[in-house]
Amino acid sequence: MLIKTKKSWELSENEVTNEDLFNKRRQFMKMGGVAAMSSYLPALSWAAADHLANQIALAPTTRTLDEKLNSFEEITNYNNFYELGTGKGDPVKNADELNTDDWSIEVTGECDNPGTYALEDLINFNDLEERIYRMRCVEAWSMVIPWTGVSLSTILDKMNPNSDAKYVGFETIYDRSNPLSGQRSRVLDWPYREGLRLDEAMHPLTMMAVGIYGKPMPNQNGAPLRLVVPWKYGFKSIKSITKINFSKTQPQTSWNMAGPREYGFFSNVNPEVNHPRWSQGSERRIGELFRRDTLMFNGYGAEVASMYDGMDMSTNY
Amino acid sequence: MKIPSQWATSLRILLHLLCATPALVLIYNTFTGGLGFNPIETITHQTGIWALRILLVSLAITPLRILLNLVQLVTYRRLLGVWAFFYAFVHFSIYLTFDLQFSFPLVVDDIIQRPFMTAGFTALLLMIPLAITSTRGWQRRLKKNWGKLHKVVYVIGIAAVLHFVWLTKGNQPEPYIYVGLLILFYSVRLVNKFRSRTA
Repeated sequence: MLIKTKKSWELSENEVTNEDLFNKRRQFMKMGGVAAMSSYLPALSWAAADHLANQIALAPTTRTLDEKLNSFEEITNYNNFYELGTGKGDPVKNADELNTDDWSIEVTGECDNPGTYALEDLINFNDLEERIYRMRCVEAWSMVIPWTGVSLSTILDKMNPNSDAKYVGFETIYDRSNPLSGQRSRVLDWPYREGLRLDEAMHPLTMMAVGIYGKPMPNQNGAPLRLVVPWKYGFKSIKSITKINFSKTQPQTSWNMAGPREYGFFSNVNPEVNHPRWSQGSERRIGELFRRDTLMFNGYGAEVASMYDGMDMSTNY
Repeated sequence: MKIPSQWATSLRILLHLLCATPALVLIYNTFTGGLGFNPIETITHQTGIWALRILLVSLAITPLRILLNLVQLVTYRRLLGVWAFFYAFVHFSIYLTFDLQFSFPLVVDDIIQRPFMTAGFTALLLMIPLAITSTRGWQRRLKKNWGKLHKVVYVIGIAAVLHFVWLTKGNQPEPYIYVGLLILFYSVRLVNKFRSRTA
């Protein structure tokens, strides 16, 4: 008898994009077409944005998960994005403050190709793919989200990091003279900073996302581009990125600066290492009333655990 | 100053209505889908914050009495205390039911290992005897000891505010506003006590 063993990420027939989502995409593409026809000669960045929207809608699903997806409403109305306010409903309310036109990303540090990049220079729109990942917040809630984007490694490869590049640091948009409303109070030391070890950044699971549910990234979720590191607590997945820096030494990261005992540099999801103030052993999936057990590395241990071999996870939390 | 006697009952009813409002809003939102995408979190946060706010109002009574020379205000303190306990009790019950799922080891873990839980649980525990003895009958039975027992509320105030300060992420202002209010209320009391002693 032939027994077909399926790898955890392989598609099974019932896991392909559901009809509802598929129809939504169709509709969205039609809308995009109409919009394109009715508009005058758009500026280059608009053309790129249009093209991006189309490619996001067309991106094939390359990774699924046998868990119920959170709805688009849940994903886009319940957010932690302190730049737009500390309440979970603040980011969607204040989303308009974030202007993503003519977005550029400044690349610096230990690499051969530093400089200022436009979105379309960083991301090959034809390579976009949809991946369904779990997202586990350090506050012990979680979601399942269909992200659209590319592996971060494809972006970093373009910059050609040199042999001194051991870490990658990221920064979120911050204009001191015109801060976003949440940045007017010193909840955190702005700009928001995050970072990864280079091997973590190059890991195939690590993603730079530009869309959700086949739609361009909503502002409250970190438009136009954000990191997604599914085996780490959500705050590592920095939003609305404007700077990338390669460095020899470990970069400073915002939550670690705010509370070094509470938020480590690695911040891998780990049910055994509790946050000093609350248990990380369980989580509430948004949409559920009771808690479920939190998985080691958020369920991605088979793919990422080897990066931390021999490391004491209780001190390198 | 004196509150006219014809107002006393109306004021009592008004206070009850005000204290009931957050609970009524929560019940209304529960049935109309207005609790947001994490309803348990919303209920936990709302009942917690209102327990703390009403507790602080009850702790403001004595300073107000001193500053305004309004002795009658004291008669409203008990009803505020009972409402604060009601919200604190619902707050803890929701946590126990939906977050800890009645797991005794998890409760013990939380209370022993996490300072903010120790503080919150201490506040709730200390509120129980005060809520039980909040009736006129118990006031009569305990005589002078009633006042002594209910001084525990000052410890409850500190524990409840610490609970909030210690659970907040980042540099958020709200918990520190409550710290400030608590210090203000306690100072007025202390200064008054010192004055009446030296006078």
